[in-house]
Amino acid sequence: MSQEPAAAMAEYPRGPERRPAGVIITRALTKRYGAVEAVRSVDLEVREGDRYGLLGPNGSGKTTLVRMLLGLVYATSGEIEVMGRRIPRHAREVLPQIGALIEEPAAYPHMSGRANLSLIDAAGPGGSAGAGGSSGRRSRRKRIDEALEMVGLAGVDRRPVKAYSLGMRQRLGLAAALIRRPRLLILDEPGNGLDPRGIRDLRELMIKLNETGVTVFLSSHLLAEVEQLCTRVGVLDAGRLVLQDDLANLRAPTGRVLVDTPDADQVAAMLDGQVERRDGQQLLIRHADAAELNARLVEAGLRVRAIGPYQRTLEEIVLAVTGTGSDHIGGQA
Amino acid sequence: MIGVELIKLVRRPRTWISLVLTCALPFVVAVFITITHLTPPPGQGSAFLSAVLQNGELYPAAALALVLPVFLPVATAVVAGDSIAGEATTGTLRYLLVRPVGRTRLLVAKLISVIVYVLLVVLAVTFTAYATGVLLLGPSQAAAVVPSPAGGGPVGVGGPGIAGQAPTAGVAAGGAVTSLSGAPLSLLQLAERTGAAIAFITVSMLGVAAIALFLSTITDSALGSALGALAALVISEVLVTLNAATVVQPYLPTRYWLAWIDFFRQPIFWRDIQRGFGIQAVYVVVFLAAAWANFSTKDITA
Repeated sequence: MSQEPAAAMAEYPRGPERRPAGVIITRALTKRYGAVEAVRSVDLEVREGDRYGLLGPNGSGKTTLVRMLLGLVYATSGEIEVMGRRIPRHAREVLPQIGALIEEPAAYPHMSGRANLSLIDAAGPGGSAGAGGSSGRRSRRKRIDEALEMVGLAGVDRRPVKAYSLGMRQRLGLAAALIRRPRLLILDEPGNGLDPRGIRDLRELMIKLNETGVTVFLSSHLLAEVEQLCTRVGVLDAGRLVLQDDLANLRAPTGRVLVDTPDADQVAAMLDGQVERRDGQQLLIRHADAAELNARLVEAGLRVRAIGPYQRTLEEIVLAVTGTGSDHIGGQA
Repeated sequence: MIGVELIKLVRRPRTWISLVLTCALPFVVAVFITITHLTPPPGQGSAFLSAVLQNGELYPAAALALVLPVFLPVATAVVAGDSIAGEATTGTLRYLLVRPVGRTRLLVAKLISVIVYVLLVVLAVTFTAYATGVLLLGPSQAAAVVPSPAGGGPVGVGGPGIAGQAPTAGVAAGGAVTSLSGAPLSLLQLAERTGAAIAFITVSMLGVAAIALFLSTITDSALGSALGALAALVISEVLVTLNAATVVQPYLPTRYWLAWIDFFRQPIFWRDIQRGFGIQAVYVVVFLAAAWANFSTKDITA
């Protein structure tokens, strides 16, 4: 666990060799809709090779931020740099290398999945019907086959999209993001509409692509999804980026041990002063080494049901830094 | 991108349904005329309709006059109004833009696709009407021509009260079609002038198309932008017939819509035709510029 940040440092040298520090960089990025500040002074940093998860409750500004990165929504102030180029000024050069899924997927319902992919591919630069000729068409066919295979739609690509289930549409949207073999994936809520198996497939696909050098940036409000997939997280709360760090750092050892014991009273008495929190038979104890503590407890004749170093879950981390989201019902506090 | 738009146009069922419906109207009219042998008296009803019993070859012109006032502008407004707003509603707009398709390019491709659609409809109406005319009403008969009251020099076609003024054409004894001015037109001339009329009618729809396209960039409702463009047309049609509105009439988008009839005069009466082209060009430039200004600076939140 602890060597992960070190490995990351080795992979992304920042020194005299000075590559552009990140794939996505924003500085004081702000978007105002009338009186509402949807995104407030966000400094995002996504480095090459990251699997970055942008978390935040609904209405915290995730989608607006994603749309600004893609040049769909114009920032009120601040700067965006994607792959070293300024957005939206140089969006045209950068966007061909990005695969994007923005909120729900969309397709022309009366056409088949394959026809939709073909059309969206042809719409891009260099994709006009004339350019490339038959070899261009063959390469397109190949790329579409590849993308359909990756998302697991290969058998149903001739059916019209209006007959697709929500999950199939999501897969098709993902395939559309992948046909140009992008170096960066920007996915807004990619797990929407997917069943548990679909979510697992998605996670495996993201990890596989990431291993081939694709940087993944995704937004989600599903903590568990992000916790299992991402290497780095950012947390948006009411438009502000309240946290941004590598997951490994966030989940570094806390110097606490969690003990589950039927002899909770005796344990508490024995370790008086070190008990930080007691919840029934579960005790949170300030202690660096779980194995050593275990030995002491057993020696004292105390029964231990479970013991281990305490790690904060992503949920705890996020809840600690966020207030109530905009769609929470007020008055609960 | 233009290719992509054309593929979308061709593969959309709506395109063909509206095409069939538009072609069906002149066909139904022709069936009724064939059965009853009743045509509107010269000078009344839709243009050219009074002459089609004598000459089925004139039926394309009569058919165009039938679909021009309502069917064609409605279809144009629906297709153009849907162009951006429809993509926004289905969500495909954002995916096109991040592909990336430049916003300006998308607008131009959309306008071209609308023009192709209008041309397709006009051509289809012309050809089906020609077939209908020849088959049902028969080719030109060597019938005596009743001198038409509208003949003999440029009449007030296109003037106030357009809808009520229907020029008539007759048939010369030799089988050639007489122009509205009385001089005979050969079949080749007739074909040429029908072609010119098709071009003029297509261009006449550009104003509506540009207005609908502009509205389509403002709202995400395809229906709203189509209805908005139609409202503009209705206002224009009302003002065209209103004597009190004479000052603004030369600038109304529908003012010269029927000027294509002047192609069937001998010699061709160019004044209104030129003005018709001119006013459509102005509407296209103004509303396309407005659409561009709005669309290229707009936050795409749909």
